[in-house]
Amino acid sequence: MTQGKSMTVNAFEDTHETKPVKPQSTATVHRDVRETVGEVRVEDPRIRCTDVNVYYGEKHAIKNISLDVGKGEVLAMIGPSGCGKSTFLRCINRMNDTVSSCRVTGEILLDGEDINGRHIDVVPLRARVSMVFQKPNPFPKSIYENVAFGPKIHGLVQSKAELDEIVEASLRKANLWDEVKDRLDDPGLGLSGGQQQRLCIARSIAIEPEVILMDEPCSALDPISTAKVEQLIDELRQNYSICIVTHSMQQAARVSQRTAYFHLGDLIEIGKTDDLFIKPRHQLTEDYITGRFG
Amino acid sequence: MTQTPILVLLLLALSSAAFYFGRKRAFQVAGGQIRKLHSLPGYYGLYVAIWAALPALLVLGVWLSMEGSLITQMVVSTLPASVQDLGPDKLNLVVNDIRNLVVGNIVSGTPDAAMQAAADRYRELQSISKLALFGVTLAVAAIAGWLAFSRIAPHHRARNGVERIVMYVLIACSLVAILTTVGIVLSVLFESIRFFRAVPVSEFLFGLDWSPQIAMRADQAGSSGAFGAVPLFAGTLLITLIAMIIAVPIGLMSAFYLAEYASRRVRAIAKPLLEVLAGIPTVVYGFFAALTVAPFIRDSGSILGLDVASESALAAGLVMGVMIIPFVSSLSDDVINAVPQSLRDGAYGMGATRSETVRQVIFPAALPGIVGAILLAVSRAIGETMIVVMAAGLAANLTANPLEAVTTVTVQIVTLLVGDQEFDSPKTLAAFALGLMLFLVTLVLNVLALHIVRKYREQYD
Amino acid sequence: MTNPTSPAAPGQSRGERNFARVQAGMKKRRAAETRFRLYGMIAVGLGLSFLLVLMFSIVSKGYSAFLQTYVRLDVPLLEEVIDPEQTRQLDTLRSADYGALVKQNLRDMFPEVTGRRDKFALYNLVSNGAGFDIRDRVLANPDLIGTTLSIWVAADDDVDMLLKGHIERTGPEADRRIKDNQLAWIDKLNAEGRLEKRFNVAFFSNGDSRDPELSGIRGALMGTIFTLIVTLSLSFPLGVAAAVYLEEFAPKNRWTDLIEVNINNLAAVPSIVFGLLGLAVFINFFELPRSAPLVGGLVLTLMTLPTIIIAGRAALKSVPPSIREAALGIGASPMQAMLYHVLPLALPGMLTGTIIGMAQALGETAPLLMIGMVAFIADVPQGIFDPSTALPVQIYLWADSPERAYVERTSAAIMILLAFLALMNTVAVLLRKRFEQRW
Repeated sequence: MTQGKSMTVNAFEDTHETKPVKPQSTATVHRDVRETVGEVRVEDPRIRCTDVNVYYGEKHAIKNISLDVGKGEVLAMIGPSGCGKSTFLRCINRMNDTVSSCRVTGEILLDGEDINGRHIDVVPLRARVSMVFQKPNPFPKSIYENVAFGPKIHGLVQSKAELDEIVEASLRKANLWDEVKDRLDDPGLGLSGGQQQRLCIARSIAIEPEVILMDEPCSALDPISTAKVEQLIDELRQNYSICIVTHSMQQAARVSQRTAYFHLGDLIEIGKTDDLFIKPRHQLTEDYITGRFG
Repeated sequence: MTQTPILVLLLLALSSAAFYFGRKRAFQVAGGQIRKLHSLPGYYGLYVAIWAALPALLVLGVWLSMEGSLITQMVVSTLPASVQDLGPDKLNLVVNDIRNLVVGNIVSGTPDAAMQAAADRYRELQSISKLALFGVTLAVAAIAGWLAFSRIAPHHRARNGVERIVMYVLIACSLVAILTTVGIVLSVLFESIRFFRAVPVSEFLFGLDWSPQIAMRADQAGSSGAFGAVPLFAGTLLITLIAMIIAVPIGLMSAFYLAEYASRRVRAIAKPLLEVLAGIPTVVYGFFAALTVAPFIRDSGSILGLDVASESALAAGLVMGVMIIPFVSSLSDDVINAVPQSLRDGAYGMGATRSETVRQVIFPAALPGIVGAILLAVSRAIGETMIVVMAAGLAANLTANPLEAVTTVTVQIVTLLVGDQEFDSPKTLAAFALGLMLFLVTLVLNVLALHIVRKYREQYD
Repeated sequence: MTNPTSPAAPGQSRGERNFARVQAGMKKRRAAETRFRLYGMIAVGLGLSFLLVLMFSIVSKGYSAFLQTYVRLDVPLLEEVIDPEQTRQLDTLRSADYGALVKQNLRDMFPEVTGRRDKFALYNLVSNGAGFDIRDRVLANPDLIGTTLSIWVAADDDVDMLLKGHIERTGPEADRRIKDNQLAWIDKLNAEGRLEKRFNVAFFSNGDSRDPELSGIRGALMGTIFTLIVTLSLSFPLGVAAAVYLEEFAPKNRWTDLIEVNINNLAAVPSIVFGLLGLAVFINFFELPRSAPLVGGLVLTLMTLPTIIIAGRAALKSVPPSIREAALGIGASPMQAMLYHVLPLALPGMLTGTIIGMAQALGETAPLLMIGMVAFIADVPQGIFDPSTALPVQIYLWADSPERAYVERTSAAIMILLAFLALMNTVAVLLRKRFEQRW
């Protein structure tokens, strides 16, 4: 599928040649894996990833990544394009399943349970770990139907009244209700870009997931819309764990509690957002946040 | 006719000579220094060659297309007044006889002196025309070629000249498509107007009785023949409907399956195989419908105690539906693939299953395009000829029962026009009126469908 | 997937309730999913099985037409019948009554047959063409006269059908095409080894005929070839020129929009309408000969032109603008850039489109009916002005013929037609693969 293909290309852009922290050894399988610096683990994690590797065919896109996502926190993933942060994000709700050449190893625990386990069904998994995409992608339906889509397919409601309630609550949470309450039957595609993206977030939270994955949700938006979405993310943190991939370091600094820095498929450094931006511990992180590349 | 190729060859030879001399001349005027020339020497040669050949060929074409009717007119004008007053039909017969005499064929009845004279005159005119044609075309070629030749000079923009001519030729070629449409409209319109002079439009459009043959037998042109086309329209619609009931679900489901479910390998095999169905000539389907499907349906009907006509609408519709399956499926497949991946991701990302994604996201997103595809398929079914000619009946029954025989617009066009044609009998003209209806209906469907599909593509581009 | 170890944090109860509901619905949703997938597979399967049934029905009906029952006759070439005056003149030899020899020979083989009607039934076992076969042998070698010629001649189509099992041997005699006495003679001939199924040469070498055993596809095939030659030689240059103009040079305005809509529409106009056009314009207005491949070719040209133009434009579109810009950048005129740089790259794509258009034209029947290429024509056409039919029209004509033997001949002709189509499409696919270029 096209999304997958473009990811494949991004994931291996081998343009940033940097000095390896660990000397290369030909003996190990993952010879160019770098050790992660910083606090990988948190107490009481929502998601715990251990030694996650992703391969696209022969290409090793994600290398031995371990990290935790805590409850009620926003984890920002930053890094130059092609560093694998989006790929990693898509592992968390198994969106990579749709890419036939993609193979994932390692362990990803959601509330202590391996999501790649044999008996796990992706459908209920994705109802718990929902995803918002880079480009706003409202369905060609009315605003109401867009938000109602998830609750309907998952059978979360028993009555129209209940559904109305969920739609309103979700739109309110997404700070969109006041703008659209009079035209719920208008097509979702008729909204502005920022409104569309908030509609997509509303659509995601309508199914009350535990984790929301956001893949550069503001990259297609203007600054005002971006500000609204960022404010929304901050509010949503109360009830959800959020992983957000972003190109903008300012955005990561504004919305996240912890930040992870990816580089060429490696997780270089992870830690409290404030610490990471103020005194990065790894040379590569410092180079990146001081704007030497990326 | 035999002289024409010689003349064409002669013109081509002349043109090649013109190329040679034009090129040589260009070298001469440049004094051997090509840099002085505006264009490469070859262009000067081409310039002269084109001028030597093109006008002459145009003259030749016009001459040949006019020759026959002009000579005929001239001959007719010399015929005795008694013959000329015979009226168009009889006069046509006389002209035919004269032509036959000219060629040396056997003529109905013994030729009288006047006809013999006319035939001689015809032959004479023909030979004059041939000579004149040779003279005129060669003269045109020589004059035009010489004029072009004399214009050769270092500053003459030969390349631009050549390119302008080529451009005109290109434009002329793309106008052929327009001319075809104009030709279709004019040819069916003129004969239809003649038909509607004999049969009122309202009777044609709303009449419930169709039996053009009766009119012929009674030799009462138009006045007593029944030309109510409603049974034909109804029959066409019935068969189209049956075809769509087969083709739309199967075609659509195949498209969804191949686009969303099938592995790359299955798709690579199944898709071309399905498209083979579209490549099979319709006459093959007709044969299959008439010899395999119709008897099968009749026999199974009689087992069930149903009375099935041997040329049932069901058989024709069924086979037509099979023919249209790949039409629906590959058009829909294009449309489905045009649905952006982000919509699929959006649905999958929230935990929708594949079928939920297809039914609730992809289908609504692709709906305009699918509607367009189905409209095109309907247009195709309405205009389909061979299957119904071979497998549907001739009797104009006004019925909605698919087990009975019905006839269609295309069947009647073929029946009315195959065999002897008389262009003054409403029977023959009716075919053109039916053709006009067919053209108009399919035109509306096509334009509508193409418009919808285009708008749809723009939406996702 | 509920996890007992995960602590129930406040505010999560709703999530857990949701999760339970999701799980509860899963069975039904999985079933719906399986059902939907099944429908898809059934649809594809139905489509493919239609194809299979169609092909099977054609091949199973048609393969036997490639063999034909022949009868071995030992015909004494009596001089008094062929050339009583012993002139050995070609005209005499040509016009001699060889049929009488065949009849004589049959009578000699079955001396017990006497009645007029019985004799007639006996003669009917052998094709009417048998005399011509003997004539050809004599004309090729006049020295044969006076000797006994052992020759395999085609059996009548009824005999052929009987031996192929398409006509019943049993049942009331009155309903049978082969009567009891004929059955006896056939069995006797068979027992003597005088009946044999051999490759049906006539099917490929003859034109149409009223006798099924003498009818062949040569005439129709030649008609088709002449028609396609006309179509190809007109539609390819016209189509390429139009595509080049519309894609490369035409200004984008309402006028070219109209041409575009017009071409797309023409591609979907029913083919029979093109037949009406041909009838009204080429035959009635320009007075071109009816039934001629010339007119057929002209009509099919107009019909395939949109296909070729559309394919041509797509091919031109796929040539990246950088090629044009490079050529223009070194001082080529737009026409030169197009002619020397763009067109050669687009040509394979255009050829592919043309072949597909030709395949369409090859299978087209309806417009040819309109312009009279549907008459019974026994002679093989020699040029584009001769009256002729075309292969699909021949199929239509034979399909309408009542004789049982035409069923297998129709199917065989269809097999030939499909083989040609398959060949053309394979060439198109190979061409596309060979020149497929990713920019």
